[in-house]
Amino acid sequence: MKNKIGREIPENIDGYGPVIPFGGAFAQEAPARRCAPVMKQVRPGESKLMESIEAVFHRIPIRNGMTLSFHHHFRNGDSVLNQVLAVAAKLGLKNLNIMVSSIFPVHAPLIDHIASGVVTGIDTNYVSGPVGKALSGGILAKPVILRTHGGRARAIEAAQAHIDVAFIAAPAADAYGNISGVRGETACGSLGYAMPDAEYADHVVAVTNQLEDYPLTPVSISQTRVDYVVKIDHIGDPRGIVSGTTTITKDPIGLVIARLASQVIEASGLVKKGFSFQTGAGGASLAAARYVGQIMERDGVTGSFIMGGITAYLVDMLNRGLFQKIIDVQDFDLDAVKSLATNPNHIEVSAGFYANPFNSGCVVNQLDTVILGATEIDTDFNVNVVTGSDGVIMGGSGGHSDAAAGAKLTVVVANLLRGRLPILMDRVLTATTPGETVDVLVTEQGIAVNPARQDLQERFKAARLPVREVHELKQLAEKIAGVPEVPHFDGRIVAVVEYRDGTVIDVVRQVNA
Amino acid sequence: MLEFMRSLLFVPGNNPGMVQNAAVFGSDAVILDLEDAVSLQEKDTARFLVVEALQTVDYHKCGIVVRINPLEYNGGADIAAVVPAAPDALLVPKVQSAADIQAVAAQVSAHEKPGQPEVKIIALIETPRGLAEAYAIASADKRVIALALGAEDYTAALGAKRTRDGLEILGARTTLLNAAAAAGIPAIDTPFTDINDEEGLRKDLALAKQLGFKGKLSIHPRQIEIIHEELNPSKEEIRWAERVVAVIRQAEQDGVGAISLDGKMIDAPIVLRARQVLKVADVLQGREV
Amino acid sequence: MAKLLKPAQAGTLESGDIMVTIVPAGAGAGVSIDLESIVLLQYGPAIQRTVEEVFKTAGIEDATIRLVDRGALDCTIRARLKAAIFRAGASEGGEHNA
Repeated sequence: MKNKIGREIPENIDGYGPVIPFGGAFAQEAPARRCAPVMKQVRPGESKLMESIEAVFHRIPIRNGMTLSFHHHFRNGDSVLNQVLAVAAKLGLKNLNIMVSSIFPVHAPLIDHIASGVVTGIDTNYVSGPVGKALSGGILAKPVILRTHGGRARAIEAAQAHIDVAFIAAPAADAYGNISGVRGETACGSLGYAMPDAEYADHVVAVTNQLEDYPLTPVSISQTRVDYVVKIDHIGDPRGIVSGTTTITKDPIGLVIARLASQVIEASGLVKKGFSFQTGAGGASLAAARYVGQIMERDGVTGSFIMGGITAYLVDMLNRGLFQKIIDVQDFDLDAVKSLATNPNHIEVSAGFYANPFNSGCVVNQLDTVILGATEIDTDFNVNVVTGSDGVIMGGSGGHSDAAAGAKLTVVVANLLRGRLPILMDRVLTATTPGETVDVLVTEQGIAVNPARQDLQERFKAARLPVREVHELKQLAEKIAGVPEVPHFDGRIVAVVEYRDGTVIDVVRQVNA
Repeated sequence: MLEFMRSLLFVPGNNPGMVQNAAVFGSDAVILDLEDAVSLQEKDTARFLVVEALQTVDYHKCGIVVRINPLEYNGGADIAAVVPAAPDALLVPKVQSAADIQAVAAQVSAHEKPGQPEVKIIALIETPRGLAEAYAIASADKRVIALALGAEDYTAALGAKRTRDGLEILGARTTLLNAAAAAGIPAIDTPFTDINDEEGLRKDLALAKQLGFKGKLSIHPRQIEIIHEELNPSKEEIRWAERVVAVIRQAEQDGVGAISLDGKMIDAPIVLRARQVLKVADVLQGREV
Repeated sequence: MAKLLKPAQAGTLESGDIMVTIVPAGAGAGVSIDLESIVLLQYGPAIQRTVEEVFKTAGIEDATIRLVDRGALDCTIRARLKAAIFRAGASEGGEHNA
């Protein structure tokens, strides 16, 4: 069957189950009830402290086929997932389902655990590095489920993703299970992605390298939800959170795009008192944030809040008084960690607070503007951030679809040509974020406005911005690069791309690399 | 086309990425460089690349200039290859005399295809001898549309140190401006070479504008926007110019001879400057951002 | 018909460029192309056609060509091919517009 954006999806996918096709960004109704987590009981005098990860495995006990969850607050510096799976492999466990909010190159050992049958299911929001390549090659029999950050929180609350054991990397914890992300030598900042798991998992394990006196403050995740505390030597390298593109681009074309994006935002009329803003951590997005900051400074505008992966640049905007608050679900550098620890206007929130579409209001709904990247975008404004031009999984929505859906103005920034490849095409290889939630594409060769947004079109023209019709922009790209052949992948389904509401927006097929 | 020469951006002629994207930075012209930016052993490949780019890349409204090598360093091969591919102009380096220009112009004529628009010449003055001959160079051939200053080689020849405030090239700048003006063509200022010093660039531009330069060479895309901001007529200048023109028009209607504005006499040179300001403002008004 | 006199190389391995290596081949060997490209799926056939066309126009019937493409545009590919042919001694420097 075809879903709302014309993607061919089977009604039932082996290893995934029956499909609810994507029917529009806000078409899906929330289920009637959240699921009820298990009740827990700890009596006076009982200890939560365990001597090793292996002891936790025996105590719970962790059995074949269970779902273990992990989080990416250490990003490419995470060491907990690898250590826990090494224990699982050592104990001869099989058929585990791994629910991890993001997978980074550091998680390459996962490939061996898949090959040996220790891990047979993966549920994640983002995959970069060798694991993505292996998954695209079909190493896993069941398709990977790719969710959005908000969708993951929703799936947990709706019991579509049931977590048996959540392992939470804790930069600091006390023996009774209070956890902080801003204390200790490995302070990494917000623990927002671990919060839904702490609320809903059957068993919650704090894995820490710094055990502090009771009671630890400040508390990110509290003793009321944490069942076990285990101290190990090494949980992660906070320098790894800086992995990827978290500095302002020096690429002159990226700067041209960033400047244009800031002019688009200015011309939209949204930059006024109370302005709220999210930016990705990509170099061009950060540069655009800096330009937007300059506009606010010039016009004396104070914004309400800024969010996204938090970096030194956003902290600086807070400290200069350009915004009143930072809302923080994830930190991307150590300045951000420090700010979260010390500035009361820098607030730690959960993934559900950030982006869950099925609660009483997530913060993306309060966004005026978001700047997002794209691997590919099509003339219907659907965006691919999952697969590369070779069909291989190299990313995922993360918060992309969530922020796009919530913001009044969603700006996608991208080079019209990446190398020789036009990023603008008739049909993206994998749809991640639906075009109805994307308002403007900004490239170095001009901007294209979603035809549904005539209001913006007129504003941009009045501001004499270089507006082009989206097909015209696509033709321009093809004139420069030549018309590309459209690669076709028809292998079995290796990943199911869920929209934030749990419907299926697309599938990814096997690539024989 | 070279309707405007506020900013001319150098791009290394052997770098495909820069050559194909040169127009997106918004400079009035790009200079595809076959000379200093290309190593000796890559002169041939750069020439092929620039020729292909001239034939296929759409540079929109951006003027296209090619900096060739001096004739004594195989500049003739550059001319033979590049001229038929119809750049707007050649930037000729290390020009020392009118004869240098005439030699280049002769070769350009020989290689122009019938019916192609005339390839212009911008003479880059970067030696004491060239500066001494600047007026003769500027008026050596009708193809010469501008003089440009290359201060690095020039100060090296003097044994002077280049500084941020540029006092050492004040004389060169005014000499060049005067020679160009005498020949009725514009003068283009030397590049500001510290690409990380935005404040220094702005000061340098303010001085250049005060002296009478209407354009500047640039070595980095980041400089373009700043160059335009500093060299464009300011709002105050435009308002002043509009008032001058309005007063003149009124005086013509009233048949009054001597006119003043804010207590100052308005004579022909002031009117000329006001009209120049408005002409530039008009062109800018019609442009996309 | 033109003949390559010696092996030659042009271009770089930088993004947006292509490294062309050509080696003379015996009469009747034909033009053999070994293409490695980051955009093989999208532009492989187009690159093949460009190579064949440039060699045909240059009148070269026998050559072994190795291309390592980093996403070069067609104009860059042509420029690098022509430069390599020039360096291999089969064309004159001024003949860019044939």
